[in-house]
Amino acid sequence: GPAAAEKLGLGRTALPEEIAAWDGDVSPDGAGLPAGSGDAIDGEGIFSEKCASCHGDFAEGIDNWPKLAGGADTLDHDDPLKTVGSYWPYLSTAFDYIKRSMPYGNAGTLNDDEVYAIVAYILYSNDLIEDDFVLSKETFFDVEMPNADGFFVDDRAETEYPAWSGEACMENCKDAPVKVTMRALVLDVTPETEETSAVQEP
Amino acid sequence: MTNKPSRREFLASGLAAGAAISAAGSAQADIPDPLITEVQPWAREFGDGVDATPYGMPIQFESDVIRRNVEWLTADTVSSINFTPIHALDGTITPQGCAFERHHSGAIELRKEDYRLMINGLVDNPLVFSYADLERFPRENHVYFCECAANTGMEWAGAQLNGAQFTHGMIHNMEYTGVPLRTLLEEAGLDTAGDLKDKWVFVEGADASSNGRSIPMEKALDDCLIAFKANGEALRKEHGYPVRLVVPGWEGNMWVKWIRRIEVMDGPVESREETSKYTDTLANGTSRKWTWAMDAKSVVTSPSPQAPITHGKGPLVITGLAWSGRGAIKRVDVSKDGGMTWETARLAKPGEKMALTRFYLDTDWDGSEMMLQSRAIDDTGYIQPTKTQLREVRGLNSIYHNNCIQTWLVRSNGEAENVEVS
Repeated sequence: GPAAAEKLGLGRTALPEEIAAWDGDVSPDGAGLPAGSGDAIDGEGIFSEKCASCHGDFAEGIDNWPKLAGGADTLDHDDPLKTVGSYWPYLSTAFDYIKRSMPYGNAGTLNDDEVYAIVAYILYSNDLIEDDFVLSKETFFDVEMPNADGFFVDDRAETEYPAWSGEACMENCKDAPVKVTMRALVLDVTPETEETSAVQEP
Repeated sequence: MTNKPSRREFLASGLAAGAAISAAGSAQADIPDPLITEVQPWAREFGDGVDATPYGMPIQFESDVIRRNVEWLTADTVSSINFTPIHALDGTITPQGCAFERHHSGAIELRKEDYRLMINGLVDNPLVFSYADLERFPRENHVYFCECAANTGMEWAGAQLNGAQFTHGMIHNMEYTGVPLRTLLEEAGLDTAGDLKDKWVFVEGADASSNGRSIPMEKALDDCLIAFKANGEALRKEHGYPVRLVVPGWEGNMWVKWIRRIEVMDGPVESREETSKYTDTLANGTSRKWTWAMDAKSVVTSPSPQAPITHGKGPLVITGLAWSGRGAIKRVDVSKDGGMTWETARLAKPGEKMALTRFYLDTDWDGSEMMLQSRAIDDTGYIQPTKTQLREVRGLNSIYHNNCIQTWLVRSNGEAENVEVS
């Protein structure tokens, strides 16, 4: 049970309005989802106005900005494309993250209906729902996330630690003479000194 | 300063000067040294008064010991990373001014007067603390490393960036002053939470990204700190001023900066930063989640690509850093031949739990090419693996948690390069 520590009586009780203002997290079981709804048709317009300049008209991503759609069945490829559709295990995370932290640079400005609609549009862009599917607290779990079973809890203690413990080899540790197999200078992508040295100028 | 030489020019001049010094050091001087025989200005005139620098910066000659970023790594600079100049530092404490930064929506400015910390959820009494409240709780001091989960992440597919700063510099090591998270949770009361074994805390920052993460209650009650001082002074803005979370041994992403809320919960939130990010995809397409601990790791900081040997043959200090998120460093071995043979290095001080440890190998360099490696061993008996060993288990796409043995190819002219070896 919890340790019965002596309290110092510091701080004050948080008011319900204060907790409501800051506690916006949504859990995988849907706890924290607000009332409201939106579909991909609504979402397309909002996305076009508030999201597409970075994430593309079809959530496909522009330049280096995150791709939110695509990449189905690529996770075991050489260069997997990890998007909301191909990778994210829970839809709750999309609602939670967009509501709190997007749009980038103007976070926390979307109302709950707008967030539902944007999430619906991202799902539609990933071919996971029809465009008239109305996303709400009630329909949230009608959506199947393709990679929901793709994660498992850290297993290094079983798969790595025993194999990489014990006696460390000190002599004749390799079968053949050691050779260089790859060189960073071939890529030549490291910044040169003069490009960033102005940082310290008084 | 203008007309700065390029790095290659700098290296070339350094090597030339080094050769001259080396020659002078190994033979009798022919002519008297004017730095000795002539009175220098600093020996005749005044230096600066004590009122010149209320808060000092490093001397201008150290202007290359700075954080650097790599533009192509991220889409913009406010959700990005920069790198600690570990190639130029010694000892273990990272100067705050050049300690790396990683933000997801920039380094925010938050006054102590505007700071609030909320504890809510499954507590007996949800609380709001001011900054001043936090300073009235009993404090502790601890030195810990903070290593980004992505440190060395660009090196999974091969040798990519040429310098220890870039390959291993998403790390800093500071002495923190703060209040145990446990103390604050107990102030709010955990009777409501009941059996704590299956409980979690969700922690988030005051910035737009929030950086919310879930932490199991066992860790929250063990050694997490709500820290407000680092290396003796207030946290730097970019490191979470005025208050950050310290999560000893665990990936840097969980060290939530500008921390504003702690919620006791029945389960993990599975937030963006523990689903989309900070999950490690294996070759078969499945992914590990909750890979919290940073495993034992080390790197030779000098010689290294940004710290070439400029003094020629003879006495050479090989030095570097070792650390483990699962305990204290017990031993570091160094190889000069790419891992065929190993010598045990000297630890500057006995390894401390979940803190950087400095190692030295004082050697005599005969001028021949070296393939320098270091190999950390922690007090669990874990031996830092090679990149080949890691790839055999994980493949090439896990992004995070690359704690492989690093190789520097040191040529006979003293220059060093990031390489992989067979």
